[in-house]
Amino acid sequence: MPPALRRFLRQPAAVAGAVLLLAVIGLAAGADILFPEDPFEMVGRPYLPPMTDGFLLGTDTLGRDLAAGIVHGARVSLLIGTLAALVVTAIGLIVGGIAGYVGGRVDTALMRFTELFQTIPSFLFAIVLVAIMEPSLEALLIAIVTVSWAPLARLVRAEVAGLRSRDYVQSAIATGMGDIEVLVRQILPNALPAILVAASVMVATAILFEGGLSFLGLGDPNVMSWGLMIGAGRAAIRTAWWMCGIPGIAILLTVLSINLVGDGLNEALNPRAGGRS
Amino acid sequence: MQGLPTIFLIVTFNFFLLHLAPGDPASVMAGEAGAATPEYMAQLRAQFGLDQPLLVQYLRYVWNVATLDFGYSFRYQESNLSLIMGRMAATLLLAGSSILISVGLGTLLGLIAAMRRNRIEAALILLVTVLAYASPIFWLGLMFIVVFAIQLGWVPTSGMVTAGGPGAGLGHWLDVAHHLVLPAVTLSLFYMALYTRLMRASVLENLRMNYVTTARAKGVAPRRLVLRHVLRNAVLPIVTMAGVQVGGALGGSVVVEAVFGWPGLGQLAFEALFARDLNLLLGILTLSSVVVVLANLLVDLVHSIIDPRVALS
Repeated sequence: MPPALRRFLRQPAAVAGAVLLLAVIGLAAGADILFPEDPFEMVGRPYLPPMTDGFLLGTDTLGRDLAAGIVHGARVSLLIGTLAALVVTAIGLIVGGIAGYVGGRVDTALMRFTELFQTIPSFLFAIVLVAIMEPSLEALLIAIVTVSWAPLARLVRAEVAGLRSRDYVQSAIATGMGDIEVLVRQILPNALPAILVAASVMVATAILFEGGLSFLGLGDPNVMSWGLMIGAGRAAIRTAWWMCGIPGIAILLTVLSINLVGDGLNEALNPRAGGRS
Repeated sequence: MQGLPTIFLIVTFNFFLLHLAPGDPASVMAGEAGAATPEYMAQLRAQFGLDQPLLVQYLRYVWNVATLDFGYSFRYQESNLSLIMGRMAATLLLAGSSILISVGLGTLLGLIAAMRRNRIEAALILLVTVLAYASPIFWLGLMFIVVFAIQLGWVPTSGMVTAGGPGAGLGHWLDVAHHLVLPAVTLSLFYMALYTRLMRASVLENLRMNYVTTARAKGVAPRRLVLRHVLRNAVLPIVTMAGVQVGGALGGSVVVEAVFGWPGLGQLAFEALFARDLNLLLGILTLSSVVVVLANLLVDLVHSIIDPRVALS
C-alpha cells in the first residue's frame, strides 16, 4: 500500500467522508434504476410528510417524490462540482504556472488580472454572468468557474515560484531541459499535493455555489437540483419544513464528505504541514 | 492609491460584459424589453454614444462612471446611483455586523479550542465549525427561520422594520436590531468557522515560539501571556482574512437578503436581474467592488496598527 494511502486510511474522519462521498456517487450513478420516472412527475398526494404512503422522504407542494428529486439532484451537484473543479484547476495551472515560472512583468500583469477577480464580490458577479447568459447548466458552470479560478491560480503561482528557485530545478534548467519539460516533469509533480487539496475544496465550493444560484431560480429550470428543490419548497416552509430541510441536508452531507476527504488528503499528502495537531 | 487602477480595470471589465450580452446594448441597458419608450432609448443611445465607435463608447462609459453617473432606472423612475445608495446602508449594516460577529466569535472559539486542546470544548467547537463550513447559507437561514422565528417566535421572519412600528429614535434601532440578528448570524457562520480554524492553528503555532518561552521564563502569568502576547500575534492572519471576507459578505448578502427579505443591495440586484436591467446590475457590481477596495485599504491600516512591522504600501 502506498504510504500516502496508508496515512489517509489512518484517519477515521477522512474514511467516513470517503464512504459518505462514495454513497452519494452511488446514488447519482443509480438514479435511473432507483427512480426511473422523471423527478418532475407528479406521483402522489402533495404535502405528504416523510415515511407516508410509500414515499420515503414525502412529496412536495406539487406531489413530486422528494426522494426521486434528491437522487436525481445528486447528479447535477456532482457534475457541476467536478467539472467546475477540473476547469478551475486547468485555468489555475495555466495562469499560475506561467506567472510563477516566467516571473517578472508577465507575473505582475497576470497577478493584477487575478486580483481583479478577487476584488469583485463573487456571488454578485456570478449573478451578473448568469443574467447575461440564458439559464442552463453551461451558464452555471461558466459563472462558477469565472468567479472562482483566481485563488487557485494564486496558489499554483506561489507553489511554482517557490519550487522554481530550488537547486534541483535550476540544475534541470542548466542541463538544457526545455521550459515546458521543466514545468511539467520537475515542478508540477512537487506542486501537485497542494493543488489536489485545493481542487477537492473547489468541488465543495462549486456545489454550494450551484445550490445558491439554483435556489434563487438562476439554474436550469428543466434540471432537478437540490437548490431548485429548496427554492420550490420555500413557499410551504411554515407547514412543511422538510421540503426545504431534506435537500439542504443532502447538500450539507455531500459538501461535508468532500471537505473531510480534502482534509484527509491534506494530511496524507503533506504530512509535515498537516501534522501539527 | 493601489485601489484606483483596480477600480478602473473593473469598470473596463463591466463595459465588456455589457457588450457581451446578446441584443442591442440600448435595449440591454434599458431592461424589460418593450417597457422603455423610444425617447428613453434615444436618450440612452445619446448618453452612452451607442451609435459611435466602440472606443468612444468605452471612453464615455468610463467618464460616466468616473462622474458617478450610473444611468437612470426606467422602472423605478430614479437615478441608479440614488437607488444603489438608498440600499447600500442596509447591506453595509448586515455585512458589517456579520463580519463583527464572525471575527469576534471566531477569535474566541479558536482561542478556546487551542487552549483546551484535549477537552470536550475543543471537540464541540470542531464539530460546529465543520458543520458551519459545509452548510449552504441560504438553507441555514431558512432553517433558522423555521426554528427561531416560526417555532419559537423569538425574532421576526423577515424584513428590516415592523410595519407601523416606531419610525425613529431608540425604539426604531432596537426594532432594526431585532430584525437583524438572524440574517447577520446566518451570514457570519461560514467565516466564523474559517476564523476559528485559523485562530486555533495560529495560537498553537505562537505558543511554540521563543518569545512565549522567554515570557514564561520571566514569570509572566499564563492569562496575561495569552491575552497580551499570544492573542496580539495570533490575530494577524484573521485581520488579513477579514479583508477577503468583505467581498464574500457582500456577495453572500444577496442570498441572505433574498431569504430574509432584507431590503438591501442584494434585493435590488435581484430585482434588477429579473427586470433584466443590466445597467443597474453593473452599477451595483461596480460600487460593491469599490467598497471591497476601500475595505482592503482599511484592513491594511488596521494591520499596520496591530503590527508596526507592516509598512503601509
